[in-house]
Amino acid sequence: MTDRLSFIFRALVTVCGLGVLWQAIVWITQSPPYILPGPLPVLRVIATRMDFLAPHAAVTVTEILLGLLLGTILGVTSAILIHQLRPARRWLFPLLVISQAIPVFAIAPVLVLWLGYGMASKVAMATLIIYFPVTASFMDGLRRTESGWLDLATTMIDDERRCTWAVLWHIRIPAALPALASGLRVAAAVAPIGAVVGEWVGASAGLGYVMLHANGRMQIDLMFAALIVLSLFALAIYSAVDGLLRRALPWQPDSAPTDTDMPARSKPS
Amino acid sequence: MANGSGLTSGNLREQAPAIQVRNARLRFGSTVLFEDLSVDLVAGEITCLLGLSGIGKSSLLKLLAGLGPELESGSVHASDGRSLNDRIAYMDQRDLLLPWLDVLDNVTLGARLRGHPQDRSRATDLLRDVGLAGREHDRPAVLSGGMRQRAALARTLMEDRSIVLMDEPFSALDALTRLQLQDLAGRLLQDRTVLLVTHDPIEAVRLGHRVHVMSGQPARIDSVMALSGAPPRNPVDAQAAAHYRDIMGHLHQANPGHDGDKSA
Repeated sequence: MTDRLSFIFRALVTVCGLGVLWQAIVWITQSPPYILPGPLPVLRVIATRMDFLAPHAAVTVTEILLGLLLGTILGVTSAILIHQLRPARRWLFPLLVISQAIPVFAIAPVLVLWLGYGMASKVAMATLIIYFPVTASFMDGLRRTESGWLDLATTMIDDERRCTWAVLWHIRIPAALPALASGLRVAAAVAPIGAVVGEWVGASAGLGYVMLHANGRMQIDLMFAALIVLSLFALAIYSAVDGLLRRALPWQPDSAPTDTDMPARSKPS
Repeated sequence: MANGSGLTSGNLREQAPAIQVRNARLRFGSTVLFEDLSVDLVAGEITCLLGLSGIGKSSLLKLLAGLGPELESGSVHASDGRSLNDRIAYMDQRDLLLPWLDVLDNVTLGARLRGHPQDRSRATDLLRDVGLAGREHDRPAVLSGGMRQRAALARTLMEDRSIVLMDEPFSALDALTRLQLQDLAGRLLQDRTVLLVTHDPIEAVRLGHRVHVMSGQPARIDSVMALSGAPPRNPVDAQAAAHYRDIMGHLHQANPGHDGDKSA
């Protein structure tokens, strides 16, 4: 509990510190509000225009979450296929590298052209941007299984055909989950970029759209308001993903310190 | 000797085969690890393989376990003519417990991998026998090194295989825990054909029915000693002490100068 309190305290201090720094820059540079508004006017905009910002935030958050979900499913599936099947390794792996070599920003206009101004193109962007970190990290995890575990499993399983899949399911995949988790943390951090870039290219809703629009109309305070709301949601999504992963993998060394609530399981009689 | 828990299941002596390795030649990269190597594992007995580190003991054990590279020439046979593959239990120097499973699930890993029903009550009995009663639902991370190796021993015995291959299973433990686990292993491995690779002569004295010394490069197996009395032996009793002197004598003889047998 004291841990949590001190965390909240540190967070508050950081936020206040940033606000003070921001205000100081405004004072020192004597920036007019249409170049750099101070933190208080921006907060006022967030408060007064909440009913305008909220639906846009909902759109962006939905895009991010759907992108995370799709990208994770695609990434996990690809990693397993690439790892297990030789043809998949030959055909999918180059695709994977290409997917990373082409900057998502460059294909954003095409995605909007194909998938329309609605949510689909933004979800596709978020999916694309997280596909590589998820796939690469999980694949890496699958490949680096402790060789002793594999040896042990080999001596335990008699049926060779069964061996590959049993080892995959019972040993390789669980052993690779920490690696997948670090991929998912990266994904949670970058997925908002995908969604917002998608909105910049062409959209009729979302925080990215609001920012672009407000910028065009010199409503810089509104733009900053949207930016702050976006950052808050991005932070919330990252912490949620991080927390879920820690809870899901309590045996992972780096989640040990917060693992104070290990369930005391009852003994079988 | 067995501690009354029904661990040594019925007629293992009939099932446990003798194993013969004949004229084996194994190469690792460009190094010939051993050449023209022959060794017999007597059915239902513990055979200890002693030698310096890096001499090829583990490679021989991995070969028998079906894990290492194939033999270039020579053969490995069981006395009953059947393949070794489906009746081997393997225990490594490292505990190799899966960190995401609790102790009980680790012990029943074999059945899960094979898709067979898990005999959890037998696993619980085994865990009690190795001194881990009440720790069934702990994850390996919260156990001490000795406890983890106890769990690994239970997992090895859970497989109930007639052939047990152990690669320096107790070498990473403190002296007291090592003694305890050797006692346990000596009792619980009765009637199985066991190959125990070790670099510890005391361990060989305590556990071996027979002791072989492996030396040279390419390695050969130089001497065979049959030890009297049933393991686990008390290391301070007079006979065990005599065995220890014998074994040390053989080790010195097999490794003159202790810097590799370059004249061979």
